[in-house]
Amino acid sequence: MKSLKIMGAALLLSTMMTGMAQAKSLVYCSEGSPENFTPAMNTTGTSLDAARPVFNQLVQFVPGTTQVEPGLAEKYEVSADGLTLTFHLRKGVKFHSGVNGFTPTRDFNADDVLFSFNRQWKADHPFHKVSGGAFDYFNDMGMPDLLASIEAPDPLTVVMKLKAPNAPILANLAMDFATIQSAEYADFLMKKGTPEQFDQIPVGTGPFSFVEYQKDAVIRFKANPDYWGGKQKVDDLVFAITPDATARYGKMQAGECQIMVAPNPADLDAMSKDGNINLMQQAGLNIGYMAMNAQKPPFDKVEVRKAIAMAIDRDAILKEVYQGAGQKAKNPIPPTMWSYDKDAKDIPYDPAKAAEMLKAAGITSLDTDLWWMPVQRPYNPNAKRMAEMMQADLEKVGIHAKLVSYEWGEYRKRAQAGEHQMALLGWTGDNGDPDNFLAVLLGCKDGKPNANNIPKWCDTKFQDDVNKAVTLTDPAERTKLYVDAQRIVDDQVPWLNVAHSTVFEPVSKKVVGYKVSPLGSHVFTNVDVTE
Amino acid sequence: MFKFLLKRLALTVPTFVALMFITFVMIRMVPGDPIEVRRGERGISPERLEMLRHEMGLDQPVWKQFLDYVWGILHGDFGTSIISKSPVLHEFLTLFPATIELTFFAMLIAVFVGVPAGVFAAARRGGIFDQTLMGIALTGYSMPIFWWGLLLVLFMSNTLHLTPVSGRVDLIKFYYPQVTGFAIIDSLLSGKPGALADVLRHLILPSIVLGTVPMAVIARMTRSSMLEVLEEDYVRTARAKGLSAWRVVGLHALRNALIPVVVSIGLQVGTLLAGAVLTENIFSWPGVGHWLTQSIARRDYPALQGGILLIATIVIIVNVLVDLTYAAINPRIRYGK
Amino acid sequence: MASEVIATTTASPPSSLRAFWNSFSENRGAVIGMYVVVAIVLIAIFAPVLAPYNPLEQFKGATKLPPFWVQGSDPKYWLGTDAVGRDMLSRLMYGARISLFIGLSVMLVSMVLGVILGLASAFYGGIIDVVIIRIMDLIMAIPSLVLEILIIAITGPSLLNTVIAITIVYLPRYVRLLRASAIAELSKDYVTAAKVSGVGKLRLMLVTVLPNCTAPLIVQAALGISDAILEASGLGFLGLGAQPPTPEWGAMLADTRDLMQSHPWVMALPGLCILITVMAINLMGDGLRDALDPRLRKS
Repeated sequence: MKSLKIMGAALLLSTMMTGMAQAKSLVYCSEGSPENFTPAMNTTGTSLDAARPVFNQLVQFVPGTTQVEPGLAEKYEVSADGLTLTFHLRKGVKFHSGVNGFTPTRDFNADDVLFSFNRQWKADHPFHKVSGGAFDYFNDMGMPDLLASIEAPDPLTVVMKLKAPNAPILANLAMDFATIQSAEYADFLMKKGTPEQFDQIPVGTGPFSFVEYQKDAVIRFKANPDYWGGKQKVDDLVFAITPDATARYGKMQAGECQIMVAPNPADLDAMSKDGNINLMQQAGLNIGYMAMNAQKPPFDKVEVRKAIAMAIDRDAILKEVYQGAGQKAKNPIPPTMWSYDKDAKDIPYDPAKAAEMLKAAGITSLDTDLWWMPVQRPYNPNAKRMAEMMQADLEKVGIHAKLVSYEWGEYRKRAQAGEHQMALLGWTGDNGDPDNFLAVLLGCKDGKPNANNIPKWCDTKFQDDVNKAVTLTDPAERTKLYVDAQRIVDDQVPWLNVAHSTVFEPVSKKVVGYKVSPLGSHVFTNVDVTE
Repeated sequence: MFKFLLKRLALTVPTFVALMFITFVMIRMVPGDPIEVRRGERGISPERLEMLRHEMGLDQPVWKQFLDYVWGILHGDFGTSIISKSPVLHEFLTLFPATIELTFFAMLIAVFVGVPAGVFAAARRGGIFDQTLMGIALTGYSMPIFWWGLLLVLFMSNTLHLTPVSGRVDLIKFYYPQVTGFAIIDSLLSGKPGALADVLRHLILPSIVLGTVPMAVIARMTRSSMLEVLEEDYVRTARAKGLSAWRVVGLHALRNALIPVVVSIGLQVGTLLAGAVLTENIFSWPGVGHWLTQSIARRDYPALQGGILLIATIVIIVNVLVDLTYAAINPRIRYGK
Repeated sequence: MASEVIATTTASPPSSLRAFWNSFSENRGAVIGMYVVVAIVLIAIFAPVLAPYNPLEQFKGATKLPPFWVQGSDPKYWLGTDAVGRDMLSRLMYGARISLFIGLSVMLVSMVLGVILGLASAFYGGIIDVVIIRIMDLIMAIPSLVLEILIIAITGPSLLNTVIAITIVYLPRYVRLLRASAIAELSKDYVTAAKVSGVGKLRLMLVTVLPNCTAPLIVQAALGISDAILEASGLGFLGLGAQPPTPEWGAMLADTRDLMQSHPWVMALPGLCILITVMAINLMGDGLRDALDPRLRKS
């Protein structure tokens, strides 16, 4: 039924297109199929990327940065106590017309904003449970604890009240989970009796409207003629789903796609020499680390953790795993982030000293495990290779690490439960705030580590710093606290900071106006193709 | 004949029931569950986990889940994919045309290269031609196809730029709606010049890779079958009558020699579908093989159950058809004693 | 492998062994195949002596070196090094051990189980036969690789589980083969004679009937080894076989897939090893079949 509809729409479109002059297409080689097209329900970059062309948020990130600018809200105010946010909505913004048989009868207004947040927030909302309703980001960003109320005094104003001041809130609202969807479209589908289509066939206010999705093959969008930011210069936006990095590169070379995600580090050299490819890069807002489970002996001892950190040759890893596309990390947050502790001293590579320290701690031979993720991530292009290199390094100081891996979901579950002794993992920032790294990745609540605290390491002093910093608004004061927190981490070594990778994106020379996002997202607004 | 058909069909029923049971049990034995897989790098709260589990019926007793599952299948409902939330049957049907197209072309190549090669080799038995062809066939038969696929991509696509690397059509140049799911037909329907040619260009490498092993099997089979037939009395008689060697081979021997070959082609369907898993992985081919491996990684139980069941059903049906053909050709055959 | 064949054939009278060898050695391809197989077996056995380095040792600063015939190679590493600087030659030599181990163990286990189940099926008939044959049909209805992936998903990826998965998938071949040949033999006069003279069922099965089914079994076993090696390398390629840092050929190939464009030989060599090994065994298997199958022997 649904496919018939899409088919019908596509047929109509194709007949329209044959009448037109050569349409301009932008083809992006993506990694995989999206789970659905509602950003609030997804956590993977692949799914978020696939929905982004269709939607907007109240505020948004300036492309290529982590700065926040007005989106669907043309201006906003934060009260002096930091507890009230007032958004003034843009007038005359149109939702996409003609997608899935839906024609909007009104412009975007505060109802849509309330709908989008309440769906995630209120368990009794009619759409809360549609499509299995897991709103992970909304919960993980602590929104249920943070929000006091969201109200609309008039159709073009939204007032959000918080329970406590929260410095990163605006940046959080620029994230994908805070996407604004159409309340009218939801009603339309509810009346039709197909509410689950809401998450399959998206209708939004964004620069492109949804045309068609073929699983594991292609997603098509076309330019929204009524886009509030001006009609896009390309007519069609196409996601060509190509899971293998080598195949993606091949398609780039054959001119079958113009922008590709996640190149193989080994191919970067050839790409930079290719006359048709513009190899764009940006320091990623990420950290790849090797966590040592502080709740399991002997990793509960600082000296042991330090010794292990010393035994691993990160320079070799940077060369062979990142192939130079990254920089050695000395802090848990990347250097492009404010409050980065420039003066931190890095741990040197010194296997002799490491062996000595281990001996002093009473360890001459140790059987342990080292986990590696089964997938390529922006912060770690090849965890298996990294693990193999670390294993060889550790062997030299008498630590026999067995390499372990699980299917990716299973891996995260077990690592979050603390089943590992040593584990590779990493993080890409969501909003450019240090809180998004330090509190999320090393934080504890009531002396118990958070799920994402993979080293399972708790430190009261560190926790006090981080808890206090998030309620302050003055960047200078926050910086002081975060630098102190970083010093504690550098001193305690809950994990070995491996690297901050550089995000590379090969882009055809014909493409203009594309910017690489430090947040790892892909934004195609205002991108053009020249002939 | 009709009785044989009924008997043969009746025999598939227990297989089918057992298949349902076994896929169900095996898939539940895979560690990790579909809800756990959904926890991102960010984790899921325990309450939400329970809620999701309840909504998907995963908190029900296993026997109840099985009965629900069988009940659904009897009503044509193969469940709903946990990841994409769309019906498994629908997903399977959208992806299956791509797999059919790939396997069909692989078979086409296998038959149209394999059979003539086998015939020539048999006709020139022991000669240099025979030895070369059979050497090639042996190589093909022994080929790790994932490696072969990568090598071909490396040389044909990356170095010589002769064929595309992956996908089914050039999405920049050709846009057409998916009507049937078969790129060949859809590209024709689109009426765009060059679209069909482009689709065929994309099909070449994957079909060669997938067709390599069956091609070798068919060539070897045809050769030995031909040799056997050439020994038979009527062929000797024809030869003695002074008919030219090629006439004998072409007219008299080939027809009889091909019967076992045709049967073996039917039996290759299972092998082809297994090969499709690797081939689709290498070429990012949006078919069911690729989908199944991904479903395992994502613990998408319903998709896996439905997918395996549907594929196995196809294999069973094809085997029944092969049996029937064989029985029709040779009435002496009676399966199961 | 070679010893296996000789062991089974010595059971038959010497004259038939002579005939077998004469027929086998006529086939040039089969003999070449046999030499290659023997060479690979020797390499596998003596890998610790022959390999220039420890296959797990990483040489820093000597990564991704090409083999000796390519420019930029280092004479210390004949076949070059892999992505983390391990000697390719040593890894490939040790890889032969793993592949042969998988091939032989799959062949042995599935043959033994297949013989037992096939004979039971043929002798007892009735419900036992039906159940066994239904299960085998079931296994064969699911595409081999999908079933193997499923089994490994349940048991977890490891070398042993690879062997188990492939054994299960290959079981039906032996069961059906044995059952068919046993049923054919059972209708022959010598079996009836043995039955009449009061030979026990077990004895009848193992001593009277089984030896007469060995010829097709040997051929199937030889080809079963090469198929198992291929199948295991496919699983290794999908990351489901031997785990790192084990030098399994399929896994070595998969590990270097990202280097395919920039350093093709790192990917080319393990694949070539798989091809050569499988081909040699198949050549030998073909020779065995021709030599053992009297019908094909005369033609």
